[in-house]
Amino acid sequence: MKIIKLIIKNSLRHKLRTFLTILGISIAVIAFGLLRTVVTAWNAGVEASSANRLITRQAVSFIFSLPYSYREKILKIPGVTNITYANWFQGVYIDKNQFFARMAVDANTFFDVYPEFLLSKKELDDFKKERTACVIGSDIAKTYKLKIGDVMTIEGDIFPGRWDFVIRGIYKPRDKTTDATGMYFHWDYLNERMEKEFPGRANQVGWYVVQIKDPAQAAEISQKIDALFKNSTAETKTESERAFQQGFLAATSAIVTAMNVISFVIIGIIMLVLGNTMIMSARERTREYAVMKTLGFERRHLTGLIMGESLLISFIGAGIGLFLTFPLVEGFAMVIPKGFFPIFRLEPITVIFACSAAVFIGLVASVPPIQRALKTNIVDGFRFVG
Amino acid sequence: MPAIIEVQNVSKSYMRDNFQIPVLNNINFNVEEGDFLALMGPSGSGKTTLLNLIAGIDKPTKGNILVGGTEISKLTESALAKWRAHSIGFVFQFYNLIPVLTAFENVELPLLLTSLSKSERKKHVETALSVVGLSDRMLHYPKQLSGGQEQRVAIARALVTDPLLLIADEPTGDLDKNSAAEILTLLERLNQEFKKTIVMVTHDPHAAEKARKIRHLDKGDLV
Repeated sequence: MKIIKLIIKNSLRHKLRTFLTILGISIAVIAFGLLRTVVTAWNAGVEASSANRLITRQAVSFIFSLPYSYREKILKIPGVTNITYANWFQGVYIDKNQFFARMAVDANTFFDVYPEFLLSKKELDDFKKERTACVIGSDIAKTYKLKIGDVMTIEGDIFPGRWDFVIRGIYKPRDKTTDATGMYFHWDYLNERMEKEFPGRANQVGWYVVQIKDPAQAAEISQKIDALFKNSTAETKTESERAFQQGFLAATSAIVTAMNVISFVIIGIIMLVLGNTMIMSARERTREYAVMKTLGFERRHLTGLIMGESLLISFIGAGIGLFLTFPLVEGFAMVIPKGFFPIFRLEPITVIFACSAAVFIGLVASVPPIQRALKTNIVDGFRFVG
Repeated sequence: MPAIIEVQNVSKSYMRDNFQIPVLNNINFNVEEGDFLALMGPSGSGKTTLLNLIAGIDKPTKGNILVGGTEISKLTESALAKWRAHSIGFVFQFYNLIPVLTAFENVELPLLLTSLSKSERKKHVETALSVVGLSDRMLHYPKQLSGGQEQRVAIARALVTDPLLLIADEPTGDLDKNSAAEILTLLERLNQEFKKTIVMVTHDPHAAEKARKIRHLDKGDLV
């Protein structure tokens, strides 16, 4: 018989209590995994941002546009290698509850500035050639069972009217953090209709994406761009793509912070649940520990026995919890509106976090019962009536 | 016969709520190797305390205790644990078997602290269980055994490391008459046949009759 066998037998001594403790840990790990996944998804845009891209937007608010004429002036600034632009289009595709990014972009430059959207040369050429063409992300194609040549009809809201687009490309994400739920069409197509239907809204750009050669020059170039348009009717605010994404999150930062805090509170709760179980177990075994000490078992043996049991329960609970978290995250991703979280999956860091938490919890929860077992001398242990 | 236990000027007192309660007063006696000593006395006379001191699970307030030439009252906690593992076999009144372990595993428990291989441990355990007549109950759990059988498993556990000394604290105190007689016969056999030195605490005169020598304690004094 090995000590590990005794640890397993001790764990199974009160099957219901051990089962309930494992169940509690599993549920807590699932909750932890889901919360961390939401937090990660929330920050996915920041993680995916590129260091050599700047975003130039209207200084007053993102909802105001900028003149198309700024493009040439920005492009002339030293250190700027490329520039593209986009308008947030929105609209309704099939179901207004199903959200995904729909944008009018400069067909000639957009995919050069965003190399993380992988598109074949033929698809890109086809897209550029056709005024009403669009490119969609592979996730959107999969979700709506769309293929090249299909027509996507979108009911405009910000830009009213019926808009028909022909799918000429389906891009794949280069990285795990790349959003594969976007839909991009020609800004020229949008602009043409604006010129006809709402001339006051024509030749307007939502924001510019400025590609720079050296990320170290980001602050300097940003200042130069903003200085160019100072005191104009449309002053600009230029910042790194990361800062821009973080600015979006700032409005919801309290929620994200709350979720972050809750996810760690959950770890504290698991610790209390397991700690309580271990304290009860050690208390019931006070006499047995006295017997073992009498037989010659030392402090390290008892420490190993109690800590081993605590870690075993913690690992089983965390293992079951993680095992169930994967399908639950997938299920959750299917329930939430499409595109609301472009990247929604259990990240390896969350798994590593949960495993580390299991080790930490197992160790910490075993400390009070170990202290108690070691502190009680043999004579008092034999006198103990549980 | 040389003395295997030397108790020299041993006193023991406990602190209870700021009160010092004397339990043993300047005790002196020796136990010879191969002896079977019964310590008798009324409740509270200090017999279990004296037994605990000899077994190295408690320390005297004053005086020295030598067992097999080792001054155990001076050993550190860790050294004392190691010493107990190979020198002392303890039999308790309430058997104190681990309920989740079989008879075999309970007897094997002290051997886990040794460097014996699995097959050697198995041989030792089987021998110990055969000595106490429980070869056919090796895979039984404590709750599947009678009180007498449980105590025999506890004796096998005490014997399995072939200790210098067997210490028995009221070994028949929780048993019926027949089972108690079986246990006493077994202890007598261990003493006579296997030459084990035994110190037994009892308040049962019939149990004490099995011992070669009887010492009485009264209010902490040997009388």
